[in-house]
Amino acid sequence: MSTRRHFLAMPNLPRRRFIQGLAAGGILLGLSPWSRPAWAREAVGTASGTAKVLSGTEFDLTIAETPVNFTGSPRLATTINGSIPAPTLRWRAGDTVTLRVHNRLSEDTSIHWHGILLPYQMDGVPGISFKGIAPGETFTYRFKVQQTGTYWYHSHSGMQEQTGMYGAIIIDPAGTDPIRADREYVVQLSDWSDEDPMAVMTKLKMQSDYYNFNQPTAVQFFRDASSEGLSAAINKRKMWNQMRMNPTDLADISAYTYTYLMNGVAPASNWTGLFRPGEKVRLRFINSGAMTFFDVRIPGLKMTVVQTDGQNVEPVTVDEIRIGVAETYDVIVTPKDEAYTIFAQSMDRTGYARGTLAARAGMTAAVPAPDKPEPLSMGDMMGDMGGAVRVRHARTEYGPSVDMRVDTPRTNLDDPGIGLRNNGRRVLTYADLHTIGGPMDERGPGREIELHLTGNMARYTWSIDGVEFGRSTPVHFRHGERLRVIFVNDTMMTHPMHLHGLWQELENPDGRFQVRKHTISVQPAQRVSFLVSADAPGRWAWHCHLMFHMDSGMFREVVVA
Amino acid sequence: MTNKQMYAIAFAAMAIGLSPVWAQEPAQKAGEMETMPGMDHGKMDHGSVPGADQDGKSGTAQGMGQDAGNMNHAGGMDHGSMQGGSAPPDARDPHGYSGGYDFGPIPPPRMGDEHHFHSLLVDRLERVHARDNLFTEYDLQAWFGRDYDRAVLKAEGEIDGGKFQDARTELLWGHAVAAYWDTQLGVRHDGGVEPSRGWLALGVQGLAPYWFEVEATAYVGEQGRTAFRFVAEYELLLTQKLILQPRIEANFYGKRDTARELGSGPSDLAAGVRLRYEIRREFAPYIGIERADKFGATADYVRAADHDAQETRIVAGLRFWF
Repeated sequence: MSTRRHFLAMPNLPRRRFIQGLAAGGILLGLSPWSRPAWAREAVGTASGTAKVLSGTEFDLTIAETPVNFTGSPRLATTINGSIPAPTLRWRAGDTVTLRVHNRLSEDTSIHWHGILLPYQMDGVPGISFKGIAPGETFTYRFKVQQTGTYWYHSHSGMQEQTGMYGAIIIDPAGTDPIRADREYVVQLSDWSDEDPMAVMTKLKMQSDYYNFNQPTAVQFFRDASSEGLSAAINKRKMWNQMRMNPTDLADISAYTYTYLMNGVAPASNWTGLFRPGEKVRLRFINSGAMTFFDVRIPGLKMTVVQTDGQNVEPVTVDEIRIGVAETYDVIVTPKDEAYTIFAQSMDRTGYARGTLAARAGMTAAVPAPDKPEPLSMGDMMGDMGGAVRVRHARTEYGPSVDMRVDTPRTNLDDPGIGLRNNGRRVLTYADLHTIGGPMDERGPGREIELHLTGNMARYTWSIDGVEFGRSTPVHFRHGERLRVIFVNDTMMTHPMHLHGLWQELENPDGRFQVRKHTISVQPAQRVSFLVSADAPGRWAWHCHLMFHMDSGMFREVVVA
Repeated sequence: MTNKQMYAIAFAAMAIGLSPVWAQEPAQKAGEMETMPGMDHGKMDHGSVPGADQDGKSGTAQGMGQDAGNMNHAGGMDHGSMQGGSAPPDARDPHGYSGGYDFGPIPPPRMGDEHHFHSLLVDRLERVHARDNLFTEYDLQAWFGRDYDRAVLKAEGEIDGGKFQDARTELLWGHAVAAYWDTQLGVRHDGGVEPSRGWLALGVQGLAPYWFEVEATAYVGEQGRTAFRFVAEYELLLTQKLILQPRIEANFYGKRDTARELGSGPSDLAAGVRLRYEIRREFAPYIGIERADKFGATADYVRAADHDAQETRIVAGLRFWF
């Protein structure tokens, strides 16, 4: 990988500038040590902040390396048409779109259209849907657009998604959009590291808590002992330590190396969307981070959630939304004549992405401090110990690839998750989401399959049923069948599970239809079930969308035949 | 501290270190977990869980939060069934959903689980200040391989006057056998100023409950020689970057080795603490204090050479990895 030469050791930056990023950071438009190709120069002026919008039915997308500077240290990013985020693609339902992807990298690339229903050969996963796009080659994607809503696209090769290859897709209905708004913005969240992602992976293999600077310490122990008593302080730690588990394991990668971006700009650059007071503004939130769950709120504004993963839902008004990696949420806000901060703190509370909604250019609002990180509870480790749900572990969950198993998972969907419980704000949960129109298929499941999300944090290995992708066999869905999939999360991390090509229709604990999604976040020690109509023949990827978990092998191929 | 006390500590440490190997065996019934004190199911809704054999329960978000608070105080519970153990006869087949399908004609992607990684950890590179001597010690581990099988190189020794006084080097195949444990099989070479020795090595290395890092290795050499080596370390985080590392190392020999001035039985034990500051995770200078004792005939050899068989050392060094 040619970018690797340019990923130097982490710069010795002033901490604040590193977290906040550069005010004028992002894509380098001016002088840079790397020459910019002619096609990229054409994109100058739209390269950072709000992505250029491309619409119609014919698209040319060029993958290349582009110099960027988010933290004060120049780096090379992997970009689509020279910008981060990539251009927003605006399609119309019913159209057939043609997308020519030109690879000007020195390595293979690919683009996956996340959440889009299409022939499997167009899905863009190297080794499953096609061979990938070799350097210098062009691959032409062509498919009929059969859906509406907010989606996104990204590389499915190596770690190119982490280094900048992601953009938004908006699909308008052929007629009028039932969601009415006076104005709209894409708000695409992501995480940027100056480190080479492969170096990050190597560090995690060597020391999986490398990026966690929120670990329990002796100082805290003595503080707890004096306030809660010695035995309470010991008890609080005993089980975690006995099991070699860490209650502060909230994110594998923190702001120690990440700068969190909103529409491709660092917090100091303050992406700003303007509005006229009283307008209904639609915000299309997309989490394009590689490893970061974002907790999003706009102090002073209620958000009415109207869509998730491209599927319209019965409107529900909340203060805060946790957006799992790869999920999308569309919300309507009605701002008054002032400015509001869009605040997206990382789940581990080490940093945030931030932007502004303003009535006039230049207006800003106060930026809240990140919340205090909350340690995982025993419920996050053990589930619902009074619950009567039976789980069936795979025989491969009793070996070195699995550090814990949950025998009594919890099944409720109304838990906002660690760090958001009882925080005084109305936080969205999956129990609040109801897809308009109900399930796409009224049939009940003909059979069910159970898969367990597994890992070994100390070894930094991630798997399904204790089996990494390299040792796995495909999962077979019979073409045309309706089946139930059960996920049990045997780890202490939340995993956003993405099934390509097919919808996942999440059920509530009573077995009633809840919401249709392309990516379902499964919380620690949680059991979820969803129905799938296997109506798209072919080979599809199915994986955790935390990029380092996916790359570690938390990945399956699904064969629909 | 008397020799007897030192023995007691060494064997106690070994018992702690080795216990998890069998502690992972007994699997406890999930039902026993329900006896955990402090649970609060009062706020839970009842409903059927799709796909479950029995009626399930689901907690409200508020209930979860309160449970969580209470559960934090439920220390001392046995939770053996959550880790380790062996698969019950009715455990699922992880390939049971394949329907006979394999990967298609396109070679499937190769993910990180099929990549090779490598690393070198120099745990101790230190100047040792003993009562009548000043020398350098090193202790490193390197590995190359995949998640569950890797080549491991271990080297430890003493350099004094520009010469390797004592050098133990091992080349091992590390194979994961449990979540936190690897077996290690390979060879060991002892060099230095005295005649060299070769050994076959078989050991375990891993993480014992309560985060003790443990290495225990048995060796078989020529002429019926046997040896055993045990190391345990702990990392106590005083702050996020200031870390206190207690460490003990003990060596045993089955047979007297006159040429290398080793008696049979316990030969030496070093117990120390090192305080390091991680400027970065990979780079940490430290200072420490260590008690180094020789026993039995080994101690006699040391005394015959006019040195102390028991000494307290001050160490200063660098821990680094990449």
